[in-house]
Amino acid sequence: MKIVVAIKQVPERDAQIHVTADGKWIDESDLNYAINEPDAYALEEALQLKEKNGGEVVVVCAGPERVTSTLREALAKGADRAIHIEADDLGQRDTLGVAQILADAVKTESPDLILTGLQSDDLGLGQTGVVLAELLGVPHATIIMQVELVDGGLKVKRELEDGWFQHVQMPLPALLTIQSGGNKLRYATLMGIKKAKTKETKTVTSSTAAGAQAVTLERVYLPEKQKKTEMLTGTPAEIAAKLVEKLKFEVRVI
Amino acid sequence: MSGVLVVMEQRAGTWNKMSFEALAAGQLLAAKLGVGVGAAVVGDGLQTLGAWSSSGKVDAAFAVEHALLTEYTADGYMAALEQLIKRLAPAYVLFPHTYQVRDFAPALATRFKQVLISDVIAIHDGPVFVRQLLQGKLNADYRQTGDGPCFVSVQAGTFRAEEQQNTAVAMEIFTPTLESTQIRNKPGELFRESAQTVDLSVAPVIVSVGRGIGEQENIGIVEELAAALGAELAASRPICDNGWLPMERQVGSSGQTVSPKLYLAVGISGAIQHLVGMKGSKAVVAINKDENAPIFEVADYGVVGDLFEVVPALTKAVLAAKS
Ligand SMILES: Cc1cc2nc3c(=O)[nH]c(=O)nc-3n(C[C@H](O)[C@H](O)[C@H](O)COP(=O)(O)OP(=O)(O)OC[C@H]3O[C@@H](n4cnc5c(N)ncnc54)[C@H](O)[C@@H]3O)c2cc1C
Ligand SMILES: Nc1ncnc2c1ncn2[C@@H]1O[C@H](COP(=O)(O)O)[C@@H](O)[C@H]1O
Repeated sequence: MKIVVAIKQVPERDAQIHVTADGKWIDESDLNYAINEPDAYALEEALQLKEKNGGEVVVVCAGPERVTSTLREALAKGADRAIHIEADDLGQRDTLGVAQILADAVKTESPDLILTGLQSDDLGLGQTGVVLAELLGVPHATIIMQVELVDGGLKVKRELEDGWFQHVQMPLPALLTIQSGGNKLRYATLMGIKKAKTKETKTVTSSTAAGAQAVTLERVYLPEKQKKTEMLTGTPAEIAAKLVEKLKFEVRVI
Repeated sequence: MSGVLVVMEQRAGTWNKMSFEALAAGQLLAAKLGVGVGAAVVGDGLQTLGAWSSSGKVDAAFAVEHALLTEYTADGYMAALEQLIKRLAPAYVLFPHTYQVRDFAPALATRFKQVLISDVIAIHDGPVFVRQLLQGKLNADYRQTGDGPCFVSVQAGTFRAEEQQNTAVAMEIFTPTLESTQIRNKPGELFRESAQTVDLSVAPVIVSVGRGIGEQENIGIVEELAAALGAELAASRPICDNGWLPMERQVGSSGQTVSPKLYLAVGISGAIQHLVGMKGSKAVVAINKDENAPIFEVADYGVVGDLFEVVPALTKAVLAAKS
C-alpha cells in the first residue's frame, strides 16, 4: 500500500507572535517551526499501516525552503521519500490554491491512501484535506482516530462531538484527515536520522502561479479583550494568598 | 433567492442546537445586507423535527429529503445541497461549525470553486468575516473575493438569538436526485467508549491541567492542588492524547462538558475546542505564563506566571486556609 502524508510546517507553540507592520501576516523572521501536531499523528498512522501491511510512505509539504527540515524529520522517523513543493507564495493562495498544488503532486504518485492532519495550528482552517479529496475525486472521512484495512477497503473510527464515535467503511483510494491521540508518537532514532540522509527528497515547483483567490485574508490583529479579568500579581506566595481570599469570599469553594 | 441560506443540522429527528446559532448569524447577516433568509435541513422524514428556536424570521424553509439521506454521508449531503444551492442561488450559505459540517462543507464549496470561511466568530459590515488564527492568539478578517456563493461556518457559542422562542416553521420539501452508487462511504452506528467512571459534569470544583505541565511526572503538583481543594482533576486534550491522564478526564468539544462553581485552568492555552467544554463554569481561574493566552478571555481571575511556582504556593495557602 502506498500512502502519501501531507505535512505542514507551523510556528512552534510557544513562539512569541508579532503582527507585521502592514497587518497582513505575522513576522516570520524570529520564529522557530515544527511539524503541525495532527500531521505528526497522520505520519505515525501511515508508518504503522506500512509496518502492518507493507508498502511505502511518502511525505509531501508545500512551502518555502525552510520546510525541508520538517520533511527531513519525517524521513528520520521512517518515511521512505519526501516531496517538497517549493512555494514562497502560500500567503497569496486560499485553501483551494494550496489544495490544488498538493493535488497535482499527489496525483503523480497515484497513492492508495492519502493522510492529512485534521487542522493546522496556524491557519486552523480544517479544510485542506477535504478539499484535496474533492480535487482528487476520492472519498474521504475526517477526524479519524483509527484506521484498519478490511476487505480491500478501509474501516475507520471517526470522532464525533461529546465523546461519541462512529465506524465508517470506505473503498480505496481514499483520503483521511487524522485527529491527534489515536497512536503514540515515535521519536526519530539516531539510526533513523542517519538513514534519512540517504533518502530521496524531490523538489518540485508549484504547478501553477498563485491566481485570483475566492477568499482573501485582509488583516490580522490581536483580539480585543472583552472580558474584565481580575489579574492577581505579586510573588507566588502573595498571589496564592490573594487567590485563596477570592476562593473563600467570592467563589466560595473553600 | 439572492439572500442568505442557513443549512441546519439534525440527527435522527433531533436538532443540533448549534443550528439555531447559525440561523441567528444568518439573520444578522441578512439584516445587514437587507436580504431575506432561508433555511434548509437535510435528512429523511423531517416532519418529526421539533419546533425551531429562533426569534427572527425565516422567509423560506426547505426539507431536503431522500431515503439515501437518512444517515449522514458526505457524498449524499454534498450532492443534495449542491442541487438545492443551484436552484436557490443564494449569495451566502451559512453552517454551524460542527464536526459534520467540517466533513463536507469544504468540499461542497470546492464544487462551486469557492472556499469555505470556516469557524467564524463575528460578522462585520462589508461583510467582513472574523476567524481565529494560531488557536485563538490572533484574529483575522476575511472577505469573499470569488464570484460564487460565499460559504461560511460559524463557531459554537458566538451567535445567539436575543430571545429564543419556539416557532413552527413550515417547510417546503425538496427532493434531490440521488443514486445509491454515488455514496461511497458506509457509516456505522454511533457508539461511546466503555462506560465512564468519572462524571465531571456534576463536580463542583475542577482543577484542569494542560500542556504547560510539560511532563507526566509533573502532574503530581496539580493533583496535590486538586486534593487540597477537594476538586476533580481534568485535562486538556494533549494530556489525554499522551496518555498522562485517562481520556474520560478530557474537557472540551470531544470530551466532557462541565459547569462547576470553580474551574481552575493550569497551563491551558484556551483553544476554542477546550473552551466550549468549560465556558459554562460559574467562576474560572487561569494560571498561564503567557499574558495573551486566550484562556484569560474567559477567566474571572488570572495569574500570569510560572505554574511551577504558583501552583505549589497555592496548594500550601489552600491547606493553610482550610486548617
Ligand atoms: C476537532 C478538534 C477537537 C478537539 N477537542 C478538544 C477537546 O475536547 N479538548 C481540548 O482540550 N482540546 C481539544 N482540541 C485541541 C485544541 O485545539 C488544543 O490544541 C488544545 O486544547 C490545547 O491544549 P493545551 O491548552 O493544554 O496546550 P497548548 O495550547 O500547548 O497550551 C499550553 C499553555 O501552557 C502555557 N504554559 C507553558 N508553560 C507554562 C508554565 N511553566 N507556567 C504556566 N503556563 C505555562 C502556555 O503559555 C500555553 O498557553 C481539539 C481540536 C480539534 C481540531
Ligand atoms: N502547505 C501545506 N503542505 C502540506 N500539507 C498541508 C499544507 N497546508 C495544509 N496541509 C495539510 O492540511 C491539513 C489541514 O490544514 P488546514 O486546512 O490549514 O487546517 C494539515 O494538517 C496538513 O496535513
